[in-house]
Amino acid sequence: MSKIYPIDRIRQDFPILRREVNGNPLIYLDNGATTQKPQTVIDAISGYYTGINSNIHRGVHHLSQLATDAYEVSRAKIRQFIGAAHNHEIIMTSGTTGGINLVAHSYGNEFVHKGDEILISEMEHHSNIVPWQLLCAAKGAKLRVIPMDERGVLDMEAYQLMLNKKTKLVAITYVSNSLGTVNPVRGVISKAHAMGVPVLLDAAQAVHHIALNVQELDVDFLVFSGHKMYGPTGVGVLYGKENWLNAMPPYQGGGDMIKQVTFEKTTFNELPFKFEAGTPNIEAGICLGSAIDYIESIGLDAIAAYENDLMDYATERLLAIDGLRIIGTAPEKSGVISFLLGDLHPYDVGVICDQLGVAVRTGHHCTQPVMDKFGIPGTVRASFAMYNTREDVEALVAALQKASQMLQ
Amino acid sequence: MTINETQDELIADFSFFEDWMSKYEYIIQLGKELPLIDAQYKTDQYLIKGCQSKVWLHADFKDGLIQFTADSDAIITKGLVSLMVKVLSGHSPEEIAASDLYFIDQIGLKEHLSPTRANGLLSMVKQMKLYAIALKKG
Repeated sequence: MSKIYPIDRIRQDFPILRREVNGNPLIYLDNGATTQKPQTVIDAISGYYTGINSNIHRGVHHLSQLATDAYEVSRAKIRQFIGAAHNHEIIMTSGTTGGINLVAHSYGNEFVHKGDEILISEMEHHSNIVPWQLLCAAKGAKLRVIPMDERGVLDMEAYQLMLNKKTKLVAITYVSNSLGTVNPVRGVISKAHAMGVPVLLDAAQAVHHIALNVQELDVDFLVFSGHKMYGPTGVGVLYGKENWLNAMPPYQGGGDMIKQVTFEKTTFNELPFKFEAGTPNIEAGICLGSAIDYIESIGLDAIAAYENDLMDYATERLLAIDGLRIIGTAPEKSGVISFLLGDLHPYDVGVICDQLGVAVRTGHHCTQPVMDKFGIPGTVRASFAMYNTREDVEALVAALQKASQMLQ
Repeated sequence: MTINETQDELIADFSFFEDWMSKYEYIIQLGKELPLIDAQYKTDQYLIKGCQSKVWLHADFKDGLIQFTADSDAIITKGLVSLMVKVLSGHSPEEIAASDLYFIDQIGLKEHLSPTRANGLLSMVKQMKLYAIALKKG
């Protein structure tokens, strides 16, 4: 790192990090579930309701104009953040799950037919499994699963063999939320494109850890959530290439997505509004822009370098604990370390950690097929964000040692 | 002892613990001591699925009283299961169906019964009461 990473200032910017839990300082290591919010985002939420609250894209009155402008400024920031070509390729959704369901319904309705195939991977979140299962059941299509090895690395050879003329979409995660694996998405996309198949990337666990550019990746669809990238809950993004979005029918009907409505026929609005029916989460949409401002004030490359160093440190410190086994040992990982402590149940370990103020996630992390593959009921998962420190790792290690001592 | 007398006794027991650690050490100990459920009942038929830990529950109805046996794959859950069994087992369906389990709150373990914990405990309590209600009618 050329510049010193401003960790003290960053920690100051997140007020919740100063609170206590069960009489201990909060050690927040559940960032894969949701991240904490910087003061600027909290202030922006309050500022929206204090200053400009009104409905967007509708009123001629002053407040509606201010809110609409702020919403569209945020859309432009998102476009720039992921390197999209056009603002209208940025569809505001309720979150990653909302974005995947939109594509499954809209793209699925138009382009997936009986006998067709959708490819997903073995390490997907339930959100990137179930919508495709529903689509396949409705259409008589087949859901096929690209396998991974015992480290949690995607089997690219199997993938190549599974791609065929019947494949209509590849939907895959960029970073696994339960194993931390960073998938070779460039290879995934180029192989699919060689067969004329579009790719949807679930970037929920990637977009705040890894700088990405949708045009450079040449990805067709990319989905992520605001709340996992220091922004508010209830907002997410679907990026789609203009050509695909134009070729797809509307998903939900309602206000804002129409051009003209008569009882005989409705004509639809243009992108992005065609896919944005009803009043959205305006405050969250606007404040996602504030979260992007915050990330960019630190720099995603600096954040990534800092987090990778912290991941290496945490991996080393965790492996030094007697009986600790890391689940997911791919060479390239980001943000997440899943593990088991001897034969202790993750739930028990999580309860003891919580008593010591250490917030970790336990369970199957909405990836039951991954847990089945490893033959385990779940894992303990520590997941990192830009504000975590080596001291946090030490607190986790101490909590795990205490858990081990109490539970054995 | 009535259900409430057992609850009051547990509340008194727990009031002696000075910190969370001794409290949890006691629960863990209870988990280790819980009489094993008969292997034939540790099957999917008797499984109460929590999102995180599993609980197996079996009810036996003899001489007008319900005897519960239970198990869990997580030791803290098992300790809490043991407390529930201690309180409810050996009582009539009428008593169990009408019981108000206030002790969990009073001994500061309420969070374990919250739906977000997804440890199967809340479902187990519901299931215990359902058994009692079913037997009461029968």
